[in-house]
Amino acid sequence: MSENLIEFNNISKFFGKVIALKDVTMKLKKGEIMCLLGDNGAGKSTLIKTLAGVHKPDEGEIVIEGKKTVFDSPKDALDMGIGTVYQDLALVPLMSVTRNFFMGREPLKGPPFLKTFNIEKANQIAAERMGQIGIDVRDPSQAVGTMSGGERQCLAISRAIYFGAKVLVLDEPTSALGVHQASMVLKYVVKAASQGLAVILITHNVHHAYPVGNSFTVLNRGKSLGTFNKKDISREELLGMMAGGEELDKLEVELEEMNRLNS
Amino acid sequence: MSEKAKSISSKKTSGQDERLKEVSKLRLLLNRPELGAVGGAILVFIFFGIVAGDTGMFSAYGTLNFLDVSANLGIIAIAAAMLMIGGEFDLSIGSMIGFAGICIAIPAIYWGWPLWVSIIFAFAMAVLVGYFNGILVVRTGLPSFIVTLAMLFILRGATLAITRLITGRTQVPGLRVLIENDPIAWMFATDTFKWLFTWLGSMNLIALRTDGTPLATGIPPSVIWFIAATLFATWILMKTRYGNWIFASGGDKNGATNVGVPVGRVKISLFIGTAVAATIFATIQVLDAGSADTMRGNLKELEAIAAAVVGGCLLTGGYGSAIGAAFGALIFGTVSMGIFYTDVDTDWFKVFLGAMMLIAVVFNNYIRKRVTESK
Repeated sequence: MSENLIEFNNISKFFGKVIALKDVTMKLKKGEIMCLLGDNGAGKSTLIKTLAGVHKPDEGEIVIEGKKTVFDSPKDALDMGIGTVYQDLALVPLMSVTRNFFMGREPLKGPPFLKTFNIEKANQIAAERMGQIGIDVRDPSQAVGTMSGGERQCLAISRAIYFGAKVLVLDEPTSALGVHQASMVLKYVVKAASQGLAVILITHNVHHAYPVGNSFTVLNRGKSLGTFNKKDISREELLGMMAGGEELDKLEVELEEMNRLNS
Repeated sequence: MSEKAKSISSKKTSGQDERLKEVSKLRLLLNRPELGAVGGAILVFIFFGIVAGDTGMFSAYGTLNFLDVSANLGIIAIAAAMLMIGGEFDLSIGSMIGFAGICIAIPAIYWGWPLWVSIIFAFAMAVLVGYFNGILVVRTGLPSFIVTLAMLFILRGATLAITRLITGRTQVPGLRVLIENDPIAWMFATDTFKWLFTWLGSMNLIALRTDGTPLATGIPPSVIWFIAATLFATWILMKTRYGNWIFASGGDKNGATNVGVPVGRVKISLFIGTAVAATIFATIQVLDAGSADTMRGNLKELEAIAAAVVGGCLLTGGYGSAIGAAFGALIFGTVSMGIFYTDVDTDWFKVFLGAMMLIAVVFNNYIRKRVTESK
């Protein structure tokens, strides 16, 4: 009996001769935030797509709540509670908050064959959910285009949670954001984890990852350099592993700024 | 400290909120896609009210005249608008009108089919053409502009070739006698509210012919179809799940696909929609004229797209409204008829059409920037 919500055991993925992933192992408990770190080309994208059911692993197994599982499609992964928020967020800027929130999964009302989009209920849920994150949407029919990058990210995460995600997979949720916006998103991620979700946070930004992560897996050229608990590793050591310790000094400044904001 | 600061700032924003709400109602109105077209239509009516108010343009007969023209254009403009919101174009609408016309006329006249069977046959062909357009665009991923431009030539050419092959001519007359007692044709060929016009005539409120019957006999079928199409399309866009899928498919194809919207099916159904609308247009016109012409509907696709654009549809998709397209059609119909009542040479109509479209595109572009810009 495993207490892990989700396990990836010795996952490998090959594209022809290219070894995209080799023997990657990750384990997550409920409420845990695991940061997946790696520079460009480390295999992060392949791993995300394997998590989301887009790719099938060539070796290894995925275990969810103690049961060995194979995802045949992204929908399979979704049904098993893996909610993936891609970098492009799958939001339409011209559409309203509500219409985006329920895009593809609209609540219906009315008699059979004449079912209509229950926009009142959708508005109410969307406003309520956004309110829980602390984003005051004055009007859920306002266009998503009017929201800030951080708010959009939170909307996409909130949507994944609302539609039953138990494991959140977040692809570079802070990469396009400023410090303030990023900390808003990270705060929300911590909150989501505290409510019992497991979060896999994919990023190449250690400064964003370190304050919120419980454990860290570092990918390098398709291989895992290991998973480390927070108490066992410092920010600098993580950085060194990822990028070979370059430009540490410059990043130090950024780091302090982050600390100041999080205090 | 930061908690305190936050609570203060949140109080401040919630204090502003009350005032913002007042403003946002106006903003909301300003952000509606159909605003430009409704405003434009009002301006057009004011203009002709002043210039041609006493010429009979706004008599019952004159009004029905420009409404009829607007309505015919409106039926295809609404379908074109929905397709544009879904992120695609259909340039084959005009050719489909000609094609549908001979699909009704040739079986009915030359093959002896009952008229209603011919009409159903035309609609079945429309579904096929629409499906073919749609599947081609979805499967190949080519721009619909190119695919339907090809279809424009193919359909028009086929219409001409088939008609000449079977009939030896480019026109197929003789349909009028078939309309009577047909179980379906009345839907496309009967004026409604005749009693109202007879009554208005008997009260001497509207102009009469010399034999005492009113000059305007009833609401033409095009107007009824036009109103029904506007209501139906608006209901779909605003009130149904399918409507949300249309906006999503046009707004961001990949995003929509990622959250489970069947983008391909949505687009194909919208292509079927434009072909069917073209066939409604064709049926009304063919039964009204009593004949089918291979050149019928020529360039109508461009007028339909122009009306949709004036109605607030973005060329990039994901934004627009059926009501806007309806008002866009009303503007074009009113001006194209109204110009006869003024001293202006009718040659200027196309100049107006083009200028109107330019203004609309600039205006729409501005609106889109407003809607998508960050706070």
